[in-house]
Formats: sequence, structure tokens, C-alpha cells
Amino acid sequence: MMPLFLNEDQTMLRDTARDFVADAAPVSHMRKLRDDKDQTGFSRDLWKQFADMGFTGILIGEDQGGLGLGHVEAGIVLEEIGRNLSPSPFLQTAVAAVEAMKGTPHAERWFPGIVAGETVAALAIDEGAKFRNSVGMKAERAGNGFKLTGAKQFVQHGHVADVLIVAARTAGSADDENGVTLFAVPKDAAGMTATAERLTDASLAARIEFDGVEVDADAVIGEVDAGRTPLARLLRASQAGAAAEMLGVGTGAMDMTVNYLKERKQFGTLIGTFQALQHRASHLYSEMEVARAAVLKAQQLLDASDEKADTAVSVAKAMTGLATMLSVQEGIQMHGGIGMTDEYDIGFYMKRQRVLAELFGDANFHADRLARAAGY
Amino acid sequence: MTDLDQFRAETRAWLEANCPPEMREPIRSEKDSVWGGRDQSAMTPAQKQWMDAMGAKGWTVPDWPKEYGGGGLSAAETKILREEMAKLRCRNPLSSFGISMLGPALLKYGTEEQKKDHLPKIARGEIRWCQGYSEPNAGSDLASLATSAEDKGDHFLINGQKVWTSYANYADWIFCLVRTDKTNKHNGISFVLFDMQTPGVSTKPILLISGYSPFCETFFDNVKVPKENLVGELNKGWDVAKYLLGHEREMISNMGLGGGGKNPLIEGAIATIGLDHDGRLADPLLRAKIAEFEVRSKAFAAQSERFIDELKAGRAHPAQPSMMKYYGTELNKARHELLMASGGSDNLEWESERSRGGAPARDWLRTKANSIEGGTSEVQLNIISKRILELPGA
Repeated sequence: MMPLFLNEDQTMLRDTARDFVADAAPVSHMRKLRDDKDQTGFSRDLWKQFADMGFTGILIGEDQGGLGLGHVEAGIVLEEIGRNLSPSPFLQTAVAAVEAMKGTPHAERWFPGIVAGETVAALAIDEGAKFRNSVGMKAERAGNGFKLTGAKQFVQHGHVADVLIVAARTAGSADDENGVTLFAVPKDAAGMTATAERLTDASLAARIEFDGVEVDADAVIGEVDAGRTPLARLLRASQAGAAAEMLGVGTGAMDMTVNYLKERKQFGTLIGTFQALQHRASHLYSEMEVARAAVLKAQQLLDASDEKADTAVSVAKAMTGLATMLSVQEGIQMHGGIGMTDEYDIGFYMKRQRVLAELFGDANFHADRLARAAGY
Repeated sequence: MTDLDQFRAETRAWLEANCPPEMREPIRSEKDSVWGGRDQSAMTPAQKQWMDAMGAKGWTVPDWPKEYGGGGLSAAETKILREEMAKLRCRNPLSSFGISMLGPALLKYGTEEQKKDHLPKIARGEIRWCQGYSEPNAGSDLASLATSAEDKGDHFLINGQKVWTSYANYADWIFCLVRTDKTNKHNGISFVLFDMQTPGVSTKPILLISGYSPFCETFFDNVKVPKENLVGELNKGWDVAKYLLGHEREMISNMGLGGGGKNPLIEGAIATIGLDHDGRLADPLLRAKIAEFEVRSKAFAAQSERFIDELKAGRAHPAQPSMMKYYGTELNKARHELLMASGGSDNLEWESERSRGGAPARDWLRTKANSIEGGTSEVQLNIISKRILELPGA
């Protein structure tokens, strides 16, 4: 087993990504998109720049034009996206969709556009307000293909995506393991209505109605009725990725808060000299360190295709959820009144953390999942 | 097959052949830990066999140099040994303050004679050490210690009192902080070693809320200590002490980890409370607390691995042991609160055979000292604030 810290190449990538994202998409970039009432949800120009850096193809093999790197490296980029609150379809496209399509005929169709920074993917998985493993949306056989009927929500970038990864049921009932099929649905498929809703963090997520959307048989990712396999792979990668992005959000908020403690004066002294605040900051640091280790562990196990990756991913998503929630809460409290103002950035961190915490299952979902797996 | 693969295969074969079955059972109480020492009469035959076999290979201290009784293993080999031990659920053959605290300090600060004299006996479990640090008026503010060592030419004459000396009544030797300069707080402390059988040394166990007496008061009345037993420079003992405290914190933080294999918390809760028709623990609120605890516990296991890897590569922040100590001990206290809640009134029994002499309750109470000994949680948070977060005036 490799050591549980970044190796030399990974450290170089982190330095590159850190400089690049901080320069190209700092928090002010997100704030401007929001203030401009941007309707895309991210900057297409930035997505192109991600491609120029090679990031969009980070998980795509070198033979298909990508960098051929792993989840540790994807997580490095995601952490910087989180730290800068940069709106980006990176997680859904370069991580989730790539992971689902890898080794299937869909790779040939969609990967060139992803590598070039021209294609965006979205995930139509959620059917209720809380993430669950159940899939109820119907996919009935029709002619040479399938007809999809139902509704999905919390589809980030769903209103502008070129391709939607859709989980639907071809047999059985909502909570069954078997009978799920995963589809790659192009945006121009007839009968699909996407309504973009602005979320708390100013990002856009769509509610999508599928009204008998017809797709060819070749839209199926993997095998019919056996979609749980690619779906699970997609979810593990997405959960680890969301944890990495959240880690960046939490670290960014913590750094900002610790710096504030070193600058802000009250009662004639820096507030960072107060032990009440020092101890809370140090406790937060400890929680964040533990979360960081959990995330890296999960990424390494994913990259090693280790059977323990599944557990480690849930630990990472849950632990990051807990630690970063503390980070943004302490962030606002320790900033005091200024932390409540829209003008100051710390509030954005709280909003983004809240969205990422829900994405692909919150801390409770994953703690429950681990408990079930442990037999209680 | 690479050299490491070969090493792994050989290690596994050796462990399988040499680790007695009793030494693969989970640790159930303090009695299951082996501490070594001159008097080994309390050890079971399996404990002694396992300690001696591992000691002969130097694998009680796998990464110490061979010339000092260690295994001479590289960081990668040491990790493989630990992984293979974990897979076979081998118990730690020997846990001692000699291994976790004094040894690393001697390797760094000891003379060649001191290393040759003391380290092999630590590795083989022949001498049991205790730590003379805290005093009645020097707890969290350890550097205010007053036990005096007077220069008498060829020896020091030591007078004073230590407290919270872990297992001093079972220890053969002590590593001790003494004051050699009253005019200088931090730079007036020296680090000395001496035999607990030296005339003038006496110990008195302290009865704790657990009913256990893991700590003693230790008294020094005109104790003569040869000058060659000074470790490091005169009046520079605080450097040795701080270095060693880092290792102590590392050891205590391991308590947050729990063992491999079966999880006694989950097994115990299922046994007492049962599962509902859906296979969930029948007490949903306790289940939720256990589930969240398990997330932290597993994440902390990853952090421990990361910390050890960073330490071995020389990349860990020097104050990171404080974070590990803080988190590990708080986690261990939380684990025992949940163990008590899971066991209900069964776990309240104090003397019964069923409760193994009140082990659950006594262990639970014992953990309350985890966040006090070796520097309180509050002191660790102070250190993190000052040295890692670099907050002002901390």
C-alpha cells in the first residue's frame, strides 16, 4: 500500500491546480456569475480552460486523449474547485460520467468532447428530496429501444448538459437491486423538459420531466437490468469527488476564519488571543485533518480497485460532511456580524457546503449505510 | 516477486507458525496487555512465548537498529509487518513505556553505552520502565517541577516526589525529570535514569474511581544516581522530555483506534438490545449515535495511518502528535460511553464473574484519564493553536 500522503507528481499537480483555479476562478468569479444572473450555471470559457490544462480528461485514458490519472488526482482538482467555490461541471462530467462510460461504446462518442472542454454531462439520479438508492422511474421497451417516463430532480447542470446519465427501472420495483438500467440520453431527445432552479449557493439544478422520452438500445450504459454496476461505480466516484470538493470548501472556510482571528481586534486585542476561540479553532483543525485522511484513503482505495473502497467512500463522505459543516458554522460565528453580510465571502462557503453535503447522500445516509453493512 | 512481496510472504508464514492462538484473541481487559519486566510471573505461557519469539527477532521494535535489539526493518517492511499482524489478529507482543517513550528518546539523545545497555532489554521485555514526570504542583504546567538533583561529584542526590507515575509499583527502572537549576525554569531540568530498587525510592499506588491503581505516588529520599545516567546535556532535559511527550501522545492516540476484526461495541449492542424486523439495532437513537461514532472512528484510523506515514517520511508537523492525542483520547472516551449505554445494567456490575470483575465499568472510568494524562485535551488544543494554527499570544 502506498503511503497516505500525496506523492511528488500529485504534489506538483496540486500546486498547479491551486494556482490555476485561484487565478482563473476565485470566489469573485462565482459572485460575478451570480450578480449577472447567469443562466448557464458556470462559465463555458472556464470549462475550456480546464480542458487546456488537461483537467477535463483527468480520468480518461491517454489512448483516448486524457491524462490517464486517478481519483486522487481528480480529487486534487476538486479540492481547489471547492476552495474557490468555482462553479464547474467537473464533478458530474469529468468524474461521474467518465467513470460510468469508461470501457463502453459511449466513451468513443462522448470522451472527445469532454477532453476538448466542449461537452458537459449531468446526472439524473435523484427522484426525491433526499438521496436514496432506490430507482423508480420507468423505462419500457419500445421498438428498438426504450421509452422513459418519470421525473428527476437535483440534476446539476441538467438544463444545459449535452448528455444526461439517467437511472431508470426496466424491471422490478423501486428498491430492488436488479432491474435498473443506466442510460446516456442526449439533450435533444424529444419529450424531456428541464426546469432550472437556482439553489441556495446560486448554482443551477434542474427538475426534469421525462414524458415518454424515446432512446435507442445503444443508449444503454452497460447491460439492461444490470445498471446497478455502472451506477455504483459512478456513485462511488461521485461521492469521493463530492467529499474532496467539500474538503476544499471546509478548508477554505477554516483558513479564512483562522486568518480573521489573527486580524480582528476587540477589547484592545486580537480576538485570536482568546482561548475560547483558540480551542474551537484547534478542534476544527483536528476534525478537518481526520476528514482529509478519510478522503485520501477513499481515493487511494478507489484507484487500487480495492474491495474496501466502498466502505471508505461512505466514511469519507460522512466525515467530510460532519467536519466541513462545523467549519462553515464556526466560520460565520467567529466572523461575527460581518459573516452574516452578503458582501463578505464566508457565507458563500456555508451555502456551498450545504449543497455538497446533500449531494449523493448526506452524513446520515452514509453513516446508516455503514451501519447496515456492519449488520446493525 | 519483489523483495517486499517476498518479505510479506515470509513474515506471514513466520507469524502463522509462531503466534499462539491465544494471542490472536481480541484484547478484553488490561490484563491482556503484556508489559514485560524482571518479574514475569503474572504472564500466561502464551504471552511469554509470544513476547520472547517476537523479542528474539527484534520485532517488538521492528524499526529500531539491530545492534540495539531491534528488527532493523525499513519503513515499508515495518508497515507490512503491522499489516500482516493485523490480518492474523496478532496481539501486540509487548507494550511498554520503554518501547513507546524512552526508546525513541535514547535513540536520539542517549550515549552509545546507554543505548547498548538499555535498548536491547527494552526490546526483549526484560526491564519495565516508568515515567517520572508529573508532580503534585506540576501537572499541565510540567516545567514547574521541583524534584531536585544535587550535584555530588560522581553522582546526583535526588529528593522530591512524583505523582501519576504509571505502574511505578511494577516498574524496574524510571526515566525521570529532575531540577538541576532552580534559577531557570525550562533550562534547569535534566533527564535521568535509575533503578527503582535504589535505596530511598518508594511507591504508593493511588486508588482511582475505577477501583484500579494504574498510577502511583513515587517518593525519592536521598536517592543516589550515577552521573553517567544523565541523558542528554545537563539542564537540557526539557528537550528530551518534549521529544518523548510527542511519542507518548502518539501512543495514547492509538487508543482511539479500537482493534481489528469484530467490533465489541456493535457486537455488544446487538447482544443486549437486539435487532428490529428490518435488521437495525432496536434502539434507533443509540444506533444513530453509534453509527456517527463509527464514521469518526474509521476516519481516525485513516488519519492514524496518514500520521504514521508522514512521521516516517519526516513530513509530519512537529505538533501533530498533539492533534492525534486530543482526537484519539476524546474518541476513546466516546467509545466507552457508548459501550456503557449499550450494555445497560449488565455493565454496571462491579465484581461479578459475568462482568469479568466489572471490567466494562472500570475500563469506562479508566478512560476518563485519557484526556488528562500526557497533557490534557486543553493543553493539546493550546499547542495546536500556538504551533499549528499560529494564533497570536497563545
